Amino acid sequence: MLRFFATRLGWLLVTVFVVTFLVFCVNEFSPGQVARKILGPYATPEQLALLTQQMGLNRPVFLRYFGWLEQTLRGDLGYSTLYRTKVNNVIWTRLANTGLLATIAFSVIVPLSVLLGISAGMREGSRLDRTISVASIVTTSVPEFASGAFWVAIFATWLGLLPGTSPLESSANWSIPQQLVMPVMVMVLYDLGYVVRMVRASMVEVMMRPYIRTAVLKGMPYRDVIMKHALRNAMIAPFTVILLQINYLITGVVVVEALFAYPGFGRMFLDAALFQDIAVIEAGAMVAVVIAVLTQIIGDFGYMLLNPRIRFQ
Amino acid sequence: MAVEIAPATPSLRRPTPTWWRRLSLLRESPIGIVGVFLVLFWVVIAILAPLIAPFDPNESDYTALLDPTPSALHWLGTDNQGRDILSRIIWGSRTVLIVAPIAVFSAYVAGSIMGLLAGYYRGWVDNLLTRVSDIILSFPVIILYMIIIAVFGPSALNIVLAVTFVASPQIARIVRGLTLELREQDFVAAAKMRGESPIYIMLVEILPNARGPLIVDACLRMGYTTITIGVLGFLGLGLPPPDPDWGGMIKESYGMVSVYPHMPLIPCAAISSLVLGFNLLADGMREISLRD
Repeated sequence: MLRFFATRLGWLLVTVFVVTFLVFCVNEFSPGQVARKILGPYATPEQLALLTQQMGLNRPVFLRYFGWLEQTLRGDLGYSTLYRTKVNNVIWTRLANTGLLATIAFSVIVPLSVLLGISAGMREGSRLDRTISVASIVTTSVPEFASGAFWVAIFATWLGLLPGTSPLESSANWSIPQQLVMPVMVMVLYDLGYVVRMVRASMVEVMMRPYIRTAVLKGMPYRDVIMKHALRNAMIAPFTVILLQINYLITGVVVVEALFAYPGFGRMFLDAALFQDIAVIEAGAMVAVVIAVLTQIIGDFGYMLLNPRIRFQ
Repeated sequence: MAVEIAPATPSLRRPTPTWWRRLSLLRESPIGIVGVFLVLFWVVIAILAPLIAPFDPNESDYTALLDPTPSALHWLGTDNQGRDILSRIIWGSRTVLIVAPIAVFSAYVAGSIMGLLAGYYRGWVDNLLTRVSDIILSFPVIILYMIIIAVFGPSALNIVLAVTFVASPQIARIVRGLTLELREQDFVAAAKMRGESPIYIMLVEILPNARGPLIVDACLRMGYTTITIGVLGFLGLGLPPPDPDWGGMIKESYGMVSVYPHMPLIPCAAISSLVLGFNLLADGMREISLRD
């Protein structure tokens, strides 16, 4: 088990290393000039050359990458040309804001998708199953920006019940919980269908197993068959999928954050990408990769704990 | 409480249906039929775009700026620049239905080559390709798209390249799994005995026999790519203006949602219906492939 974690953490390091280096190289093609962005359109060529020299931007890419790596290991993520402050001052609050959104969405998605998936997979082909299956295809087919626009038009414009933007500042009109309702709703709707289908598929498979047949035939109440035999076994396979949603919810919510002007990690990354703010892109990519690989490791670990048939390798 | 227990059905293998028979099997799946019709609807519209679009999609009708809501002249209204929304939707369907299939196809070419090589040769080729795709797969998709498009600039070609880069490892994984299974089959052994080249075996013996799951996946991927193109347009990373692009239309008019909700909602409905079509079609085909 120790070896399992050691190899996994080793791979985490390799992945972070490769990805950050690739992002670094890709940024070499970036048509914008860093010095020009900091100094503005009226800077003279001499000033630009001086700042480029001072920031060390004229050194070869390898040297700069290792410089960046050394700086990052000391905890300094560099200076953001877009926010005009240290990246450290921006990225962590943004990540915390997105974490808040993701936590709420996750705690809605998990119980709801398990409930719907189990009810659908309990009797394959029943009317309830078909309704839930079709509904989950429909909700995943509507992109987040589309469902967001629909809900804003209904709840913000037409009914006036909820705010159309969520800047996370308590204004006179809307409290922060009210601001969180619609972003969470959009995320849950888009993501729910996928998880429901995974839980359903697993449940359908479990219900065909001989031990379920035995439990039913020996006269066990149907409720107990589901709760005691089917549910536990049906949750093993979707466990990893559910955990991977954490990754999506933290790093994939760019659209929702752009839609509701939410000051989160995704929108920071989008703004940085549009502005070609290399320091923020690098730091954001690194954080995103670490989150992605960590959720994978936790997922694999949990999967092995749940399913003793798989050994630690 | 009545409990139905699935009987252990013997798996009778029907002869592999031809393309047409496979498609006509969809009649048995109402969901699949709805999907076929939704997709066909947009395909026909995209093909007939020059004939049925009432206006030039990039031409502004300045008299309509006073009241851009739907009228007898502009059936779905006009956007914030006085351009006819119906015409932009019709022409925009062309953009999506050209870029998405090309992107999916090129992702499939790259992914199939990687998957076939990894699954057929195993060994270090397999290890290398699996490691590389693990690294790409561990990266959040949307952030990868943003980096690629932001750095290389927004254009149709770059969207195709970005989708290929992101999707081909996923496809390679599926193809690899199918190849591992198929390479042990007798017909592959027979082809080897005949002295066929590995390329022939991979492309003629293995790939066509793996097509069932791949077609379903390609269909899902078309829907997903449609969403991706929409997302990139919405985030300002899509196709450059002024050519009509559904995601871009939503981005341009989203700020007006409280005044003129029809401007963003119509392209939203268009994208959603096309994606729904692809997803329902994929579900119908999956249902049928499970049956035979």
